[in-house]
Amino acid sequence: MNVHSTSPEFKQNAARALNDSQLQKALGNVKQGFIDKRRMAADKLPEFEALRDSARDIKNHTLEHLDLYLEAYEEKVKASGGHVHFARDAAEARDIILTICREAGAKTVTKGKSMISEEIGINHHLEAHGIRPVETDLGEYIIQLRNELPSHIIAPAVHLNATQVEEDFRRVHTHLDAKRDLSEPVQLLTEARAVLRERFLAADVGITGANFLVAETGTSIIVTNEGNGDLTQILPKTHIVLASLEKLVPTLEDVSQLLRVLARSATGQELSVYTTFSTGPRRSTDADGPENYHVVLIDNGRSAMLGTSFEEMLRCIRCGACMNHCPVYHAVGGHAYGWVYPGPMGAVLTPSLIGVDKAGHLPNASTFCGRCESVCPVRIPLPKLMRHWREREFERHLTPATVRSGLQFWGFFAKRPALYRLATRAAMGALALAGRQRGRFSWLPMAKGWTKYRDFPAPQGETFQARWKRERKGASA
Amino acid sequence: MNVQPSSGRPVKPRVGLFVTCLVDLMRPSVGFAAVKLLEDAGCIVDAPVQTCCGQPAYNSGDRGTTRDLAMQVINAFHGYDYVVAPSGSCAGMIKAHYPELFEEDPNWRAKADALAIKTYELTSFLVDVMKVTKVDASFDGSVTYHDSCSGLRELKVRNQPRKLLASVDGLTLVEMKDSDVCCGFGGTFAVKYSDISGAIVDAKAKNIEAAEAPTLLAGDLGCLMNMAGKLSRDGKPIQVRHVAEVLAGMTDDPPIGVAKAETVK
Repeated sequence: MNVHSTSPEFKQNAARALNDSQLQKALGNVKQGFIDKRRMAADKLPEFEALRDSARDIKNHTLEHLDLYLEAYEEKVKASGGHVHFARDAAEARDIILTICREAGAKTVTKGKSMISEEIGINHHLEAHGIRPVETDLGEYIIQLRNELPSHIIAPAVHLNATQVEEDFRRVHTHLDAKRDLSEPVQLLTEARAVLRERFLAADVGITGANFLVAETGTSIIVTNEGNGDLTQILPKTHIVLASLEKLVPTLEDVSQLLRVLARSATGQELSVYTTFSTGPRRSTDADGPENYHVVLIDNGRSAMLGTSFEEMLRCIRCGACMNHCPVYHAVGGHAYGWVYPGPMGAVLTPSLIGVDKAGHLPNASTFCGRCESVCPVRIPLPKLMRHWREREFERHLTPATVRSGLQFWGFFAKRPALYRLATRAAMGALALAGRQRGRFSWLPMAKGWTKYRDFPAPQGETFQARWKRERKGASA
Repeated sequence: MNVQPSSGRPVKPRVGLFVTCLVDLMRPSVGFAAVKLLEDAGCIVDAPVQTCCGQPAYNSGDRGTTRDLAMQVINAFHGYDYVVAPSGSCAGMIKAHYPELFEEDPNWRAKADALAIKTYELTSFLVDVMKVTKVDASFDGSVTYHDSCSGLRELKVRNQPRKLLASVDGLTLVEMKDSDVCCGFGGTFAVKYSDISGAIVDAKAKNIEAAEAPTLLAGDLGCLMNMAGKLSRDGKPIQVRHVAEVLAGMTDDPPIGVAKAETVK
């Protein structure tokens, strides 16, 4: 079982988010910073668009030969002294991780930022078995204190402000002086660093995700900005890498191309502050590193996407650019989506992983403005894939009955041009007459959703086709 | 009007006007403005019997109805040199999406491809195909322009309307912040997810107002109705028109959502 989802309640979640003034203020930061920074980074690199093409091609090639690259990768990891575990689903992944932690006699586990770990709900599983997981990415640490899911895939606590974080720190860090000054963000950062430093040193196991796995060398790669990932994987005796299958790429050369679009698309950095390559456990000549190196390769629905129209989604390198540019995400934030992955990439991926019957709202809650696709570093046609979900829903009769019957009614006329012309002529004539005083309606029986927020402009009256026939075609029509 | 024939284009091309269902039903004056612009550019314009491009069905996941409507459009318009729509959204539907509707039907796929290749959004047709550099119109005052999403991102319509607007006597274009960000219309989205749509158009209305231009223009009637409805609901006296009306010098009709008697200056 995956982490619990509130995606079926998307509408209610969204309504709540829209009325949350603190959240709305926090979302203002997403709209500005990320977009401008990405634009500047992309503009500075003349080959950026060409790099997006090659990033797409690298991922496509890998997905076409995923079985071969998985085998090659496994061999290389083993050759470097590491272990590879394959997990079909979240439950298997949790069992494998718990077993490794128990073998290591773990009491405390530090964690680098990992979305797949959110997906399989590993923290609660470890806690339930007496092992304490500690998130070490600052944003993840904060939301762990609040028992929340991330609201953004690269900025997990973007929905919060400094005052809320201060309250959480005071609530949890009770060993510190209650009168300490935490009014500046840098003071919050310093406190988190001090608290986390002790955890790093005490941890028995370090769990990280992976941005890429390299088949050529058996290397796992993480990109971070805080350095917490490095301390997580180097200090404890055991390092566990959690990664979904599609993180694989063939070669280091491929990785270096993907890295050039990843940080630019995500934060507008040329590279993130840390890009860390890990290959196997510590060798005798290494100055540091873990004694045990495990990779848990998690399927959890990915292989079922291969060969379908949703395979393209597996190119995703989790930069977050799609949500940074999404007007719907800007309006409601990440939690409204109700599961691990928000925004356009979540709207496509979530139905694949937890079922379109549960996540059906997500691919529907899009204006298809296409801004996500226009910035995706691996050129995933996100609107097209959302539309594919809508088609699946329509086929399976999951589309709401009102929408279906409305479509049927409209389709009946639209497929009969002569009838359509007569019917619309009469309808528009009547509507124009009703609206001639004000030129608009503030309420219409069939369009309450529309008129709740805006007026409905009245039609001019005679339809174009009627007037055209009258003026231009005359008797000839 | 300055018309330079480009290679491979008939001097007086026969243009089928895909008037779009919204213009047909709600604001026919936009259709007649398009006709004037096309005729001024040297085209012979016809508007065959038509209904809708099928986008509402397509975006609701109803591929069957979409295909039926696409075939209807293909049949109605195959005989023209060009098909032009005063909408980036509907032109984008024909140009970018019709071909993929018939991926498994080579016969119809070929017909869809043939139609797609000769279909254009109005301002891009005028500028890119007919090489129009100046329109015969004047407009007293400043306007701001919203880039509708499909036209902008599917058809790369951005500079064309601005180029033509720059040639209108007396008109000043004031760019609003985030002119390329969605207005929240999204077809049925505006009704199905009205809360979210309402929030998006609220942000858009604020940017429109901040541009301090008394007139808002765009190239898609759906977006225009959404923005006009929001501005009037909020009591903002901004006049909203389709860009074709201004380019054709046909601004005698009241702006969108304004009654005849109530026309404000």
